[in-house]
Amino acid sequence: MPEQSAVELVCPAGTLPALHAAVDNGADAVYLGLRDGLNARNFPGLNFSLAEARRGIEYAHARQVRVFVALNVYPQPSRWAAATAAVDAAADAGADAVILADPGLLAYAAERHPALNRHLSVQASASNWRALEFYQQRFGVRRAVLPRVLSLAQVRRVIERVGMEIEVFGFGSLCIMVEGRCGLSAHVTGESPNTHGVCSPAHAVRWQERPTGRQARLNGVLIDEFAPRESAGYPTLCKGRFEALGAIVHALEEPTSLSVLDVLAQLLAAGVSAIKVEGRQRSPAYVAQVTRALRVALESCRRDPAGYRPPAGCAATLERLAEGRTHTLGAYSRPWQ
Amino acid sequence: MKLSVGPLLYHWTRPQVFAFYRALLCQPVDSVYLGEVVCSKRRALGYAEWAAIARELADAGKEVIISTLALMEAESELAALGRIAADAVTIEANDMAAVQLAGGRPFVIGPHLNVYNGKTLRLLAALGARRWVAPLELDPPAVGALLAERPDGLQSEVFAYGRMPLAFSARCFSARARRRNKDDCGFVCSEDQDGLTLYTREREPLFALNGIQVQSAQVRNLLGAVDELRESGVDVLRLSPHSTAAVPFASVIEAFAAAVRGEDGAQCPPSALPGGYCRGVMREQRR
Repeated sequence: MPEQSAVELVCPAGTLPALHAAVDNGADAVYLGLRDGLNARNFPGLNFSLAEARRGIEYAHARQVRVFVALNVYPQPSRWAAATAAVDAAADAGADAVILADPGLLAYAAERHPALNRHLSVQASASNWRALEFYQQRFGVRRAVLPRVLSLAQVRRVIERVGMEIEVFGFGSLCIMVEGRCGLSAHVTGESPNTHGVCSPAHAVRWQERPTGRQARLNGVLIDEFAPRESAGYPTLCKGRFEALGAIVHALEEPTSLSVLDVLAQLLAAGVSAIKVEGRQRSPAYVAQVTRALRVALESCRRDPAGYRPPAGCAATLERLAEGRTHTLGAYSRPWQ
Repeated sequence: MKLSVGPLLYHWTRPQVFAFYRALLCQPVDSVYLGEVVCSKRRALGYAEWAAIARELADAGKEVIISTLALMEAESELAALGRIAADAVTIEANDMAAVQLAGGRPFVIGPHLNVYNGKTLRLLAALGARRWVAPLELDPPAVGALLAERPDGLQSEVFAYGRMPLAFSARCFSARARRRNKDDCGFVCSEDQDGLTLYTREREPLFALNGIQVQSAQVRNLLGAVDELRESGVDVLRLSPHSTAAVPFASVIEAFAAAVRGEDGAQCPPSALPGGYCRGVMREQRR
């Protein structure tokens, strides 16, 4: 099995070609999901069959890259057997870790596969050291992915208090709600990350051309209307334009991506163990470019932390790939809150 | 079957808070949840004043439970949680930090802990949980399926009336709507007694902003499902506080109390909030 790097770059693999792209462009680890609705990117055409997962693990391990299997769902009674079977399958396929959110599933994995690393998914909503301590003591969790709600100072304090590896989001679509505690999509479509592994699912999206512009609807609900030539983003509920106090505004958040390029040195100094890239739904080309850019930035930061500046080429690449071509530090920056 | 009044989710004025709980003293509810779930900056009442309300409710025969924050980030929030957990009270845990601090004493699993299967339910029961409030995303049939696997002695509760808590963020949306940020919020959420309704660009009520929480604009009303819930083994129905501008809350309690007694034809008064009533987590679910 591959050795773990000092600070891991953890990249998304929605498909085998995306896994190859991540591995070939400098990922230290990749994460993937199995089919059949057992992870938080339950999209058509995405995810791995067991045979594909084995091939992906073989490809990655041959190049000293680790593979994490995301099983970050909350299985209800009818899905429990499938979920535990998937944990067994991930262990059997030689995954370096499973990424779990459900306490029952964590307990199952700890009992049945004590040697298999358990990572706490961001979907577990563990945003403070006491909650992290719970998962560590009860289920022997080795690493946790922090929800995108903490300021940089809070990330630093969490790492000081817990004796576990901390992984943070570095780039990609921005959930502005505490992950694992967002039912906006459930309210509008009946499907959400917690119940179906999806948010604002594609099958519920309708685009309609109107004289006033292009309308984006989710299960019939108008999420936004774009004027001619205005760039139209995917109708994710928290990025829609709504009327609040008589004004039409992005009441929750603008269409934008998270990028930590500007604060990479501070995150490394805080002691994070891994930087995660969001985007298992993205193309292999996107994964390749983001992985390459962050690999270069991480190396630059590691060589000279004090003199770190975001490499110009990386900044331009990530800006071009960002949603709405803009990025934000999100909750890492206190004024954003 | 019993009735509970959930934690006050809004930032009301002191007189409003006192009036609401005074009125509850003589109303037919069995449990009352106190405590702040949404924002640790809100302090309309001091700890001693809340304690006094808790004593009065207990003297009136109500079971009092202290609800805790759903999103815990700051050391100060953990310290406050530690003080609550150290008191000899039953807490409703809305974050695993609270389960960790409850330290094996009896507690209630709040609706913001993700409990979706029997294994998780049994695990938390072994740690001291004596009641489980189902997540809002579980509709009555799904609650019933899970209750078939519950451990002996664990009660169950369902959010049966009120604007539904749907999401939490680091960001304060009530402040953002008024072009402020959280550190300079001026407690503007107190202007929205039942949340600030968010409409689509077609004027359809969709969500309600309540500080860092997003709620449904629609009020969930499970009055018509009381028999179904009873049959699936639900023990307690939760009614979430709303202001007198939204609905005569005493009449809501009375309607649910009648339904729990098995009387036919109980009716809730109409809600004055934009969005009306819905049945499940979905906004268009009317039956």
